[in-house]
Order: sequence, then C-alpha cells, then structure tokens
Amino acid sequence: MGELNNDILLENLTGKFGELVKPVVEDYGMLTVETNRDTIIDLLRYIKTDAALQFIYLTDITAIQYPEQENPIGVIYHVHSLVHNVRIRVKVFLPAGDERIPSATELWNGANWMERETYDFFGVNFEGHPNLVRILNVDDMTVFPMRKEYPLEDPNRVDKKDFYFGR
Amino acid sequence: MQNFPSLNTNSNTDTNLQSELSTLNLGPTHPATHGVFQNVLQMDGERIVSGVSTIGYIHRAFEKIAEHRPFYQITPLTDRLNYCSAPINNMGWHMTVEKLLKIQTPKRVDYLRVIIMELSRIADHIICNGVLGVDTGAFTGFLYMMEYREAIYEIYEEVCGSRLTTNVGRIGGFERNFNDIAFAKIKKFLVDFPKVLNEFESLFNRNRIFIDRTKGVAPVTAETALDYSWSGPILRATGVDYDVRAMNPYCSYEDFDFEVPVGTTGDVYDRFLVRNEEMKQSMRMIQQALDKIEKEDPTIFHADVPEFYLPPKEEVYNNMEALIYHFKIVMGEIETPVGEVYHSVEGTNGELGFYLVNDGGRSPYRLHFRRPSFINYSMYADMSRGMLLSDAIINMSSLNVIAGELDA
Repeated sequence: MGELNNDILLENLTGKFGELVKPVVEDYGMLTVETNRDTIIDLLRYIKTDAALQFIYLTDITAIQYPEQENPIGVIYHVHSLVHNVRIRVKVFLPAGDERIPSATELWNGANWMERETYDFFGVNFEGHPNLVRILNVDDMTVFPMRKEYPLEDPNRVDKKDFYFGR
Repeated sequence: MQNFPSLNTNSNTDTNLQSELSTLNLGPTHPATHGVFQNVLQMDGERIVSGVSTIGYIHRAFEKIAEHRPFYQITPLTDRLNYCSAPINNMGWHMTVEKLLKIQTPKRVDYLRVIIMELSRIADHIICNGVLGVDTGAFTGFLYMMEYREAIYEIYEEVCGSRLTTNVGRIGGFERNFNDIAFAKIKKFLVDFPKVLNEFESLFNRNRIFIDRTKGVAPVTAETALDYSWSGPILRATGVDYDVRAMNPYCSYEDFDFEVPVGTTGDVYDRFLVRNEEMKQSMRMIQQALDKIEKEDPTIFHADVPEFYLPPKEEVYNNMEALIYHFKIVMGEIETPVGEVYHSVEGTNGELGFYLVNDGGRSPYRLHFRRPSFINYSMYADMSRGMLLSDAIINMSSLNVIAGELDA
C-alpha cells in the first residue's frame, strides 16, 4: 500500500469524477474539494471503500451560509483516512429554497446526528435520512437559527456596527 | 458490523398482560444521567425494548454567539463545552486561532500547555471512573480520587485564578507565567496521586462485584465504533489506536514518549481500564514536560505576537506601542487572514475539533465545534436495545457524556 498525500488524492478524485470534482484550495494542509449534490454520495462511497484511499472515518458534517452567493448553503464534510492519516474536506453548495442533498447515513451511522444538527440549524434536507427532526432546538421552532438572516441581537442596534471601528 | 437487537413487540396483545410495555423517562434530571438529557425508554420489565434520546436541554447557541465575538472572547465559550476539562478546550481554541494566524509558539509554552492539558485529562478521568464506581455501588474510590481533582483545581487556581471554567491561556501563550507554587503543587501531585490511583485500581480492577457489573456490558466492535464516528477512550477500548495526540501531534506532543492504551472488547470494563492507563500516561507526560522545561528560558510564557497578545497593564499605561496594541486588540482592529482551518485536539472524550471560517472580520464568519460527546452519544439509544436498565445506566456513565459538550 503506497503513501497517500493530497496530490495523489486529488489525482485520484479528478481521474474518477473528472469535472464533477473541483479543487477549491489546499490551505493549512487539508485538501478541499467541491462537488455537487448528485455526486456527493458516490464520491464519499468511493473514498471510503477504495482500497488505496480508505477514508473510513467521518469526522464531521456541518454547514455554512453565504447569503450573497448564488448557491448560498454549503454542506461541509470532513472525512479522515485513518490508515494514511490524510484528511479531506468536501463541500457541496445548494441553491436557496431547494436545500436538498442525499443523506450519508447509508455510509456511516455516525452521520445520523450530524445531519440532524445541520438540518436543525441550517434547514438542509438530507434525503433518505431515517429520522430528520430537530435535535438541539425545540421541536416547534419554525426557523433555522444559524442562517445569517436571523441576527443574534436586535438588528436595529448600531453601537456595534463595523463602520464605527473604521471598517 | 454489530446488529443491535430489535425485540419483537408484536406479541403485545390484550390477552397477554405479561408482555405489556411500559414507558420510562430516564432523565432529564435523573441523578444517574449525570447531566441534563433525557431518554424515553420502552421497557419490557427490566429490559429496554427501544429508546429515544432527547437532548438540547442546555443548548446555548455557542456557534451563533461566536459569530459575534472577537477571537479572544470565544475562549470562555469553549470553557462551557466540556466543563470537566475546560483547559483542553481553551488550548484547542487558542491553537486553532494560532494555526489560522500561523503563529509559532515557543517550546516552553507548548510544554506548559501539555502540563495543563494532561492535568485536566486526569481530572476528567477521575470523575468518569470515580462515578462509574459510584454507579456500580462503590462510593469509596470516588471519595479518595475526588481529593486529587481538588489538587488539580488548586493548580488551575495558581495558573489562572479560576477552577472550573478556567479561561486559561491566551492566543500565543499564557496570560502569566506559572509561579513557583504552581510547580511545587504539580510536583506534589505527581508524587501523591500515583499511590491513590494504585489503591483505586486495586479496589476495582480485580473486584468480583465490579467485574460482574461491567465486563461484557455494552461491548462494541471496532467496526461499529468507527461507523458511528466514535473517538477517544471509548474508541480505543474497542481496539482502535486512534489518538489525535499521536496521529496529528499538536503542541509539541511529538517530543513526548507515551503509549496509547487500547482495549479489546470495547465493553464498560475495558473503557474503565483504558481511562486508568491514560491517567498514568498523562502523568508520564507531565513529568517529561517538567524535565524539558528545565532546559528552557524560564521567563518565556507567550509567543512574541504583539498584534494578538494583550500587553501587561503597566506597559499599557507607560508605553505608547503597548497602548496602541491594547486598543487595537480590544477594538478588534487587527487584520486577520481570510481562510478556513480545521484543528482538532484529543479532548478527554475524543477528537475535539474546531472548524473556523474567517473572512477577515472582527469575529469568525463561522465556527463549528466537533464535539466528541455529541457524536459518541448518538449510538446510545441503538446500543441500549435489549439491555437491562441497570446495564444501560453503567453504559451511559462510562461513555462520559458531558451535557455541556453534548448541547453546545
């Protein structure tokens, strides 16, 4: 079994998926790639089961929102190859109002709660999830509080605005 | 992969009163849960048929709050994740920011951090293993061990002034140097604690009652544990030697000589043994760190990063540069690089990760905590199926679920 590093990993992924996998950046030592929601499960299954890669450990699933982008909601997977000790970050950006993505629970049971948390805070619908309900917030909550349109404080408050600090 | 049993409940007919299921609310404030979370269990007599975990009772929206705070004000939030070992969370957060800012800390800072992190690992394992003893009916061990958690808290007090939610350290190092009393207390702890730990082990490790209660309870295979993304002592008890300190060394852990204890069966007894052994390894590391510090310049306790490290107050009043930096830090005027960074440390319950996305503003654009308790606990309802209630209690106690880390 050969060594694995980010270059070989990226070569593997682009060789297998071609245009569907876009390298974003390799910053702070972790390879970050972007793909789309139709490819994500195939990609995760490939890196998990391929004998040369063996990304068997799902570290984390979370989301991020860039309201000004065309596809504002990003779902972010951190996966770790314990054999080679290489990590990868996979991002999928979803359009507003249509935040659907297939669930990774068919690959890892650990994805269950991570996806529930992501749904709870960002409203990402993980299709095929066995029990996609809120987990940390109260059940009758109607909003997804980690989205940027829900401010932490009174939005009319001005004393903390950036322009007072020269920004 | 393990198939957790699903008991047949179809035999529950009106004619068969014996098979009627009852609902039991375990928690949210049950003394045996050691924290605020609830399990709604369907019970067939003493046996659990199915369970639903309800969490979020102390959710405090730390990720949202963190988006509105400058970096140095997020440290107190991390205190309140796993409050049994707050210094590890604090250090993990400082190291995440340092990774983003590409700050190289001096060796002495790293060794001091190792000391404080390993002390808090011991404090956390004292609680977990002591309470496991209490839950199996042996209060004595807990009482003897608890005295040494107090000793550790006194060391925290010397280092940072507080005990539980420590807020210890700053970006780049520590807020003040360790004083002589702190070192004397650490050395005294290293002499006294091993004796008590040995006593504790001789009280439990070969104790027939304890073994009967814990051995073979809630065994988990390595495959299942990895599938559920377990990490920390409970993963190592299944036989997987994944330890962030060894695999992705941070904070100069590569300079230390230590072993990663692993178990074989992943049952409660193995988790207990793994934690005991980890305390011994932690003490080895503290001893090594003390020896290494001898060779370093004793006046160094932070990196030379004036843009991020608050200057001492007397300098602020007497030195113009210090005053400028003080103002810039407090008002959040420092430029930070745009980027995203994932940094993880070996928390007492497993891989504690910080995913930080920075847009160069005064506070993180997004901060996500990968909380080991939250991820470890997701298997609990599944693994409880078919288990006796008393075993499920022991199992929960050995998972060491800390409500603050569970809910964030």
